[in-house]
Amino acid sequence: MGFLEYAPAPESAAILNLKAEYGLFIDGEFVDGHGEVFDTISPATEKVIARIAQADGKDVDRAVAAARRSYEKVWSRMSGSDRGKYLFRIARLVQERSRELAVAEALDNGKPIRETRDVDVPLVAAWFFYYAGWADKLEYAGLGPNPRALGVAAQVIPWNFPLLMLAWKIAPALAAGNTVVIKPAETTSLTAMLFAEILQQAELPAGVVNIVTGPGATGQALVTHDDVNKVAFTGSTGVGRMIARSVAGTSKKLTLELGGKAANIVFDDAPMDQAIEGIVNGIFFNQGHVCCAGSRLLVQENVHDEVIDRLKQRLSTLRMGDPLDKNTDIGAINSAAQLERIRTLSDVGEEEGAERWTADCVIPDKGFWFAPTIFTQVSPAHRIAREEIFGPVLSVITFRTPAEAIAKANNTPYGLSAGIWTEKGSRMLALADQLRAGVIWANTFNRFDPSSPFGGYKESGYGREGGRHGLAAYLASNGWDAPAALSAASAAPAKPAKKTRKAVAK
Amino acid sequence: MTLDHPVALAPADRAVQLLGGDLTEKALRLHLDGLSGVDAVGLEQRAAGLSTRSIKTSSKAWALDTIIRTCDLTSLEGADTPGTIRSLVAKAVTPDATDPETPRVAAVCVYGDMVPYAVAALGSLHAAGGESGIQVAAVATAFPSGRASLAIKLADTREAVAAGADEIDMVIDRGAFLAGSFGVVFDQIVAVKEACRRTDGTYAHLKVILETGELQTYDNVKRASWLAILAGADFIKTSTGKVSPAATLPVTLLMLEVIRDWHRLTGEKIGMKPAGGIRASKDAVRYLVTVAETVGEDWLTPQLWRFGASSLLNDVLLQRQKLRTGHYSGPDYVTVN
Repeated sequence: MGFLEYAPAPESAAILNLKAEYGLFIDGEFVDGHGEVFDTISPATEKVIARIAQADGKDVDRAVAAARRSYEKVWSRMSGSDRGKYLFRIARLVQERSRELAVAEALDNGKPIRETRDVDVPLVAAWFFYYAGWADKLEYAGLGPNPRALGVAAQVIPWNFPLLMLAWKIAPALAAGNTVVIKPAETTSLTAMLFAEILQQAELPAGVVNIVTGPGATGQALVTHDDVNKVAFTGSTGVGRMIARSVAGTSKKLTLELGGKAANIVFDDAPMDQAIEGIVNGIFFNQGHVCCAGSRLLVQENVHDEVIDRLKQRLSTLRMGDPLDKNTDIGAINSAAQLERIRTLSDVGEEEGAERWTADCVIPDKGFWFAPTIFTQVSPAHRIAREEIFGPVLSVITFRTPAEAIAKANNTPYGLSAGIWTEKGSRMLALADQLRAGVIWANTFNRFDPSSPFGGYKESGYGREGGRHGLAAYLASNGWDAPAALSAASAAPAKPAKKTRKAVAK
Repeated sequence: MTLDHPVALAPADRAVQLLGGDLTEKALRLHLDGLSGVDAVGLEQRAAGLSTRSIKTSSKAWALDTIIRTCDLTSLEGADTPGTIRSLVAKAVTPDATDPETPRVAAVCVYGDMVPYAVAALGSLHAAGGESGIQVAAVATAFPSGRASLAIKLADTREAVAAGADEIDMVIDRGAFLAGSFGVVFDQIVAVKEACRRTDGTYAHLKVILETGELQTYDNVKRASWLAILAGADFIKTSTGKVSPAATLPVTLLMLEVIRDWHRLTGEKIGMKPAGGIRASKDAVRYLVTVAETVGEDWLTPQLWRFGASSLLNDVLLQRQKLRTGHYSGPDYVTVN
């Protein structure tokens, strides 16, 4: 056995003290749901971890009623600084229980412990700390003096970053003075349940946060509920479209953070070794289950072969397997359904004539696995260049000039993120100005910070999460019209005039 | 600095093959300027990522032995005496008296004038460039500053080789490098390499110290690594240990990336030696991980990888005892030299 076959280094799951069955979290208590109980499994082993209650329409009614009650009687009357204290307390408890949360997330989602420990959980704490600081400073949110909360927020989150997406949703909503009913994804409810325990520990007033678990139907009942004032959704563009339709014509405020097909653009003058890392991090982080993943590699034609060669070499050092092993780089695909979708689209890629290369990984017998895969010879017309695969599959497209890179990068119905790799600062800035994407990374990728707004153009959704802009999604100005420039802060800037395109770095 | 009149450089084999027969400073400069840049944040992030590998049980045992086997046990003090050198050699030969299975270190590294004492103390265990036994490495070329005339640097080198040094750790002229005189740095390495030639036509191994703490930027480290390899280095080495910061993981990762690129280009394997500042086993294991995941574990042999260290060895021995016995002992259970 060579050194690189590092001996197993599993994180112990003994730290978890899981219940066999989890109820809904309504009005500060765990209660039974009225729907059929379902299993949550570990995607790496297909073993059942726990049974989860399913909320039906009545349960959702109860949860919304609890949120309404606590909004009217407690939360909306509490001072901002007191709300902030609760958020600080939650943040500290997340840090205290970080190891437990990291293990639970790796177990339930299938992502490697290295990521839950070093990325997910620290960011969750950071999000609560950040918005805790805002709770008593809302008059500086750019919405005029004394902006007011919206009321009850209905939030539906995806399975790719279960706890982190929960934090993205709950932290700003609570800081702004709203109460919350949140529905985690069906396959990943576990950490939300642990989070409910943290809320009890923090002695957060009952009903301020309610958690209803279940499938899409539960989410539908929640977002269409008459007594919610705000709907926030992160997930697929298809579901986002349905939600937008159901909210249309109501007074509910809506934030959508949907799919993406981000271009990661590598120029011939890029810092090559770091660009390779950035490509790997861009698409193979979290098994590619990232809405802002750099799933389209746009590489300058004159360095294409070198980049692909180096990339393949680097991918061969990635370690796939047990998510709880501290040396695992690539974990399991979250569900059988998602694995099927990735397989189908990859097969389509081959049929359409793209050249497939897959890293040589040992696939475990049980569980849902997909080895890192690269498609070269991809043309912008191919389905794998247009549709979100949401898996560890990279489509490589070449370009010759900056103008061509911009045209190809923007040629997508999505617009969530993009990456630029070049050592030339002027080119970086000129390109960022032309890319129609909400988040643009330069010489890095997939970096998140609570102070930075995040959100998309076009079919990637609307509204921003994170930063000061993220507060605007949960606040209304109080009878005072904010100057247009401020209220439009979260909206997409107008497309730059065509003539500026000439200014793109040569 | 003008390059109107191309300055001819010493025709080092590697450089001639890569850059062509009429080797000039201009050609060298163009080549070094053409290397892709280094993004500092990304490089440090990658190094931090490699540091999170968790090396346990059998992998840890192998790693600890490999650290000892690839260690250049070093004493470079103004106060060194024949006695301290004999003591250093004794430690190199018997790192842990409680366990005869403990591997021996790769080499002892001393000042040039101490070479005869090291050679004498090693006696039949002197590897003299061979596969078994312990090598004697000497720092030379007006170590650590390198501020002396070329004639003195060459005399320094020749004397150490004549006294029996198997390996020469030379320093580059950082002043010349930072002033942009790449040709001066290049020619000096070529000349020192030639001074490593023994009377029988064989060469002492040449390690070229870049002193990365003085080069400051990663771009400089990359250029200097490439330059040293082109000029004929057998090993590239981070630091003298006399300047802070000495070896760091990002710098070592970067130099290993250059070594990997050279291998991709030519098939030739260059050695790497981080030196100074590596004191804990835990840190040393991170370096091994970085080697294995950057150039491959083929490099984890004394022929291609060395740690320049003095206090590291005892920490490794303590960890090794812990693995063997199941409990920690203490500093009095390993020997001082």
